[in-house]
Amino acid sequence: MTPAGKVAGVEKGAAVRLEQVSFSYGEAPFLFDVEFAASKITAIMGPSGSGKSTLLNLVAGFETPRSGRVLIGGADVGTEPPSARPVSMVFQENNLFAHLSVERNVGLGRSPSLRLTEADHAAVAEALKRVGLTGKQQRLPRELSGGERQRVALARVLVRDRPVLLLDEPFASLGPALRDDMLDLVAGVHAERGMTVVFVTHQPEDARRVSQNMVFLDNGTVAATGVAADFFDRSGPEAFRRYLGAGPFGDGSRDVARKRT
Amino acid sequence: MPARPTDPRITAGVIALAAIALLIGGAFAGLILEGARDLSGAASAFDPYLFRVARFTLWQALLSTLLSVVPALFVARALSRHPRFFGRGFILQLFAVPLALPAIVAALGVLALYGRAGYFADILSQIGGQSWPGIYGLSGILVAHVFFNLPLSVRLFLEALGTVPADQWRLASQLGMGARPAFRLIEWPVLRAALPGVAGLVFMLCITSFTIVLTLGGGPAATTLEVAIYQALRFDFDPARAVTLTLLQIGLTFVVVLALMRLGANTVGDANLPVAPRRYLSAGAAETSLNALVIIAALVFVGGPMAATVAAGLGADLGRLAGESAVRQATLTSAVLALLSALLSVALSLSLIMARRALALSRGIGARTLLEHATDTGAGFVLVVPPIVIGAGWFLLLRTVSDVFAIAPVMVVAVNAVMAMPFAIRAVRPAYDAASERHERLCAQLGISGWNRLRLVDWPSLRRPLATGFAFAMALSLGDLGVIALFGSDSVQTLPYLLLARMGSYRTADAAGLALLLGFVCLALVLAADRLGRGERT
Repeated sequence: MTPAGKVAGVEKGAAVRLEQVSFSYGEAPFLFDVEFAASKITAIMGPSGSGKSTLLNLVAGFETPRSGRVLIGGADVGTEPPSARPVSMVFQENNLFAHLSVERNVGLGRSPSLRLTEADHAAVAEALKRVGLTGKQQRLPRELSGGERQRVALARVLVRDRPVLLLDEPFASLGPALRDDMLDLVAGVHAERGMTVVFVTHQPEDARRVSQNMVFLDNGTVAATGVAADFFDRSGPEAFRRYLGAGPFGDGSRDVARKRT
Repeated sequence: MPARPTDPRITAGVIALAAIALLIGGAFAGLILEGARDLSGAASAFDPYLFRVARFTLWQALLSTLLSVVPALFVARALSRHPRFFGRGFILQLFAVPLALPAIVAALGVLALYGRAGYFADILSQIGGQSWPGIYGLSGILVAHVFFNLPLSVRLFLEALGTVPADQWRLASQLGMGARPAFRLIEWPVLRAALPGVAGLVFMLCITSFTIVLTLGGGPAATTLEVAIYQALRFDFDPARAVTLTLLQIGLTFVVVLALMRLGANTVGDANLPVAPRRYLSAGAAETSLNALVIIAALVFVGGPMAATVAAGLGADLGRLAGESAVRQATLTSAVLALLSALLSVALSLSLIMARRALALSRGIGARTLLEHATDTGAGFVLVVPPIVIGAGWFLLLRTVSDVFAIAPVMVVAVNAVMAMPFAIRAVRPAYDAASERHERLCAQLGISGWNRLRLVDWPSLRRPLATGFAFAMALSLGDLGVIALFGSDSVQTLPYLLLARMGSYRTADAAGLALLLGFVCLALVLAADRLGRGERT
């Protein structure tokens, strides 16, 4: 177990690179060859089953590639268990232990045995303040709203302080206004910490709101990559425009993405 | 795949499997060694007596099954036809009690009611025109078996009837279906589908029933293989015969279990209390009164021995019993052994559950390994080997090297722990798998593993199901009269053993008092287990 925030040799954001990484759940194979630039926010979009979550799971270490290399900050992390990788990941749900208080859930980001020092406690309090949960330290997850629960998860990301943050549709179940708030919080944290953020979303407006780069997946492989502004432009990749469902002259501003889940 | 350190959960599972294998393997080693030493003796045990015992074993199981399952069909149907009436919930609760009651307590209840000096003896003597001879023998065995298995079958059949979709009933009422066509077209197909599984389970329980036959069989004319094994070891001291009987018993159970698995029976035999769905067909007056009759008859039959147990128990000199040092000693021994046994049972079960889950997670979609199969169904297989058989094997193995009666506590704890495992696993596995579903990635990410995981994550979310499994295992162990019948002695006595001894020396009132105590404690434990298990499903 690597103590949180002390992953050797990487500071701030670290580039994430997948080199010819192949993986399969049995039938359709996935093949990823892509790089996520250091300290940038990259959005991953693509139809259901195209491999968005799988890609994040491979980076986080929840899945093991059949072949190829996963590099974070230039170091091959292929054999590292998830907890030793310089990565934090926030899932769509189940980010918290239901029987532990907010404070303890965040504290686990500092010590997996929950033996916290004074400094750790201070860091937890600071992180909770940053995400706007001061005063709710002793609550249990079920006493929080869906948005607040994800804020707790973000607070834990802050105390872990890893150079890469993976977000697997963490705000998908929140209403539009709340989702915008959460995205702004992520963008704000990113501005302060400068970590590399990779987030999966089904909502084009989410991607446009915070991401600098885009990766579009289709059929288990990377179909297109580029700068977000270009993607949503008329000249964006054909496959991506088809996915958005905008007409031939559509510029995506209608945000008519069909959620395919 | 990159090599990762072995998950400690898998190690725990392997250790648990090894312990179970040691327990069963040791028993078989004892049997094989004894058989090899006296091959001719074992062969010559195949005599008419043996075949008579084997035949009776099958015969009583067959009759018990018929008498339990067929009436249960009607009782279950009657109960399902009337989803709401005063006392329905009470009846269903009452039908769950035999499952919790130790066999020896039920046997005493049956005797207190139908025995030579039972509450019904006078009436039965007058009806018969001669002095009532008591209920020993086949009739006693059948009454006790039906007492246990009729309510169980009713609950299982009710569960099956509960699976009929409400829409079918709505449709039936729209089409104006009467009771008869509704039974033929809606109820019977469901009952018929459940029938082989229920009948198989009851047959299995009756074929391995030991305590009932020992206490109510009343002689060599009504002896089953399990009781014959016990007699061969404890009274005749004929190890060669015990080996032959044991092998026959194993063969018999193995065939039955194999057939059961074909039928897809639930070998643990634990029914959930179904929620009565809204019914759209109402029964007519004639049917209602018929159903009432059926339900009342079943209620009297099942409630009778329980009431008799309570009445006879209260009639005993409880104050004197509580003061007796033998009783106190046996109570203490029972409590300690049952506690240890339940602890061991839960620990073994949890190890297997964790290993199974860890193996399934690390496998992904590949084929299941032999080890994973072992952690999954391995626990079910212990039911194939009856406790008496394990006890007999170890008895034979150890009698040459040490004092068999000295290892009584170890045997009782170990065998009862393993026997309770299927129940404990049923209580804990769904909760563990669900918790793992929620926590697995989070723990991997945060590096929470081993002791930290047990302390911070698994224990808080599994406390209740573990307590359920623990209470159930403890009740089973407390009431068991299997291994202790073989290994018990004056120095190591449990409550059921003491009860048996008091029965044997015709101190019926003492036995009744002890039965009340034992039945009460076991019932309380199972109720606690049920309450804990229910609270978990929020």
